[in-house]
Amino acid sequence: MRTTITVNGEARSLDLDPRTTLLDALREHLKLTGSKKGCDHGQCGACTVLVNGVRINSCLSLAVAHDGDEVVSIEGVGTVEKLHPVQQAFLTEDAFQCGYCTPGQICSTLGMLQELEAGWPSQETAPDAKPAFTDAEIRERMSGNICRCSAYPQIVAAIRRAAEAMA
Amino acid sequence: MKAFTYERASDAKAAVQAAVETPGARFIAGGTNLLDLMKLEIEQPQHLIDVSRLPMAGIEETGEGGLRIGASATNSQVAGDPGVRSRYPVLSEAIVAGGSPQLRNKASVAGNLLQRTRCAYFYDTSKPCNKRTPGSGCGALEGLNRNGAIFGASHACIATHTSDMAVALVALEARVETLSPSGATRAFPLLELHRLPGETPHVETHLIPGELITAVMLPPPPSGGQVYRKVRDRASYAGGLASVAVAGGNLALGMVAHKPWRAVDAEAAMASGATPAEAVARELAGASPLGRNDFKIPLVARLAAAAIGEAQDRLSGGRGA
Repeated sequence: MRTTITVNGEARSLDLDPRTTLLDALREHLKLTGSKKGCDHGQCGACTVLVNGVRINSCLSLAVAHDGDEVVSIEGVGTVEKLHPVQQAFLTEDAFQCGYCTPGQICSTLGMLQELEAGWPSQETAPDAKPAFTDAEIRERMSGNICRCSAYPQIVAAIRRAAEAMA
Repeated sequence: MKAFTYERASDAKAAVQAAVETPGARFIAGGTNLLDLMKLEIEQPQHLIDVSRLPMAGIEETGEGGLRIGASATNSQVAGDPGVRSRYPVLSEAIVAGGSPQLRNKASVAGNLLQRTRCAYFYDTSKPCNKRTPGSGCGALEGLNRNGAIFGASHACIATHTSDMAVALVALEARVETLSPSGATRAFPLLELHRLPGETPHVETHLIPGELITAVMLPPPPSGGQVYRKVRDRASYAGGLASVAVAGGNLALGMVAHKPWRAVDAEAAMASGATPAEAVARELAGASPLGRNDFKIPLVARLAAAAIGEAQDRLSGGRGA
């Protein structure tokens, strides 16, 4: 099926089998291999990208269902010459070991910071209260991203650092 | 994944028509559960009708002082809706207790209601499962049934319904609005959407072929505090072992039956002045555990009694509805 998706600001037209996930469209068809395939079942978060500004698991999404949508993958977040503050914070805080989950962690962080800014609820805060920027909130809101190297303390520190840099 | 064809529905009536006319057709919205099961070839639709772009995502107040939640609203939209958070906090709490943020950003209201069980025997295609392959038997009955049902199960199936959202919606006495292939719309209590397993656990709802859920309707919130509590093996992002939703005098239990379980015996006992512990014990008198899930009896007893107490505290503390 002919499908056009704007990926990192550029309209990309693809002829896809309906079975193709958004993740496979990015990795196999567009050769944007920054987004990672961990579990391929929505359990690990390594495939997290932003679709129309919102973070989702690209492995649990059909590419044809995103015809007309705007996708930002890790390749659209920053460049080697000009890192995004979240990328720089992950480096500064050493927030990874093997790095496989990192693109998903960073895209998820971008979505999460917007959700927190907008006051979206989480189980860390009562429904009628405005969530605060605490470590507990960060951990809960990042629970959809697994790090098998268990760099979680550094990831939390990186997210705090990035949020300060972006404020 | 088995091959299938795909279409994006242009309007609800056309979607329902296509569902009736196309062999092996299924609706898809967020797809977070359906695609997972398609990858495992547990679900093998021949045609997908994408209803996620239909104008069914709105959340609006009704003339009766309730709320109408469009079927394709995402779980995140519903949990974050100001009206839901202020007047139906139990619903917001239940939704953020389920899945991960990424899943909630994609999953729809109707898809959440129609999600399939997480029973390990349903997922393992090398094992018998009457829900996946009717007539093959139930591997869980004598197997690893720690998370099996304690209410309403049958010798054919002991799987549980795993939605958090649906438990809160049942406690809030939500109704489901649908569009039928005849073009007629109907609305009925959510409690009547799901079936108990009986002899046909593969038939999970009372929807007719092609019928599309278009909205969930909430009546005005009941008077009294609201609370959702869930117990699971991890603190976050894990399926529940048991959950409870309290909304005023209404009580619903999750992950204990093939459907969200309205605890009517406990409600009646509470209405006649029983303590929370006594009321929950009344409900649990009708439970039938299987051995490995015996622990759900004391777990639910303590969880539900604590949640009822917390709901009362919230009300007197000025929080809640």
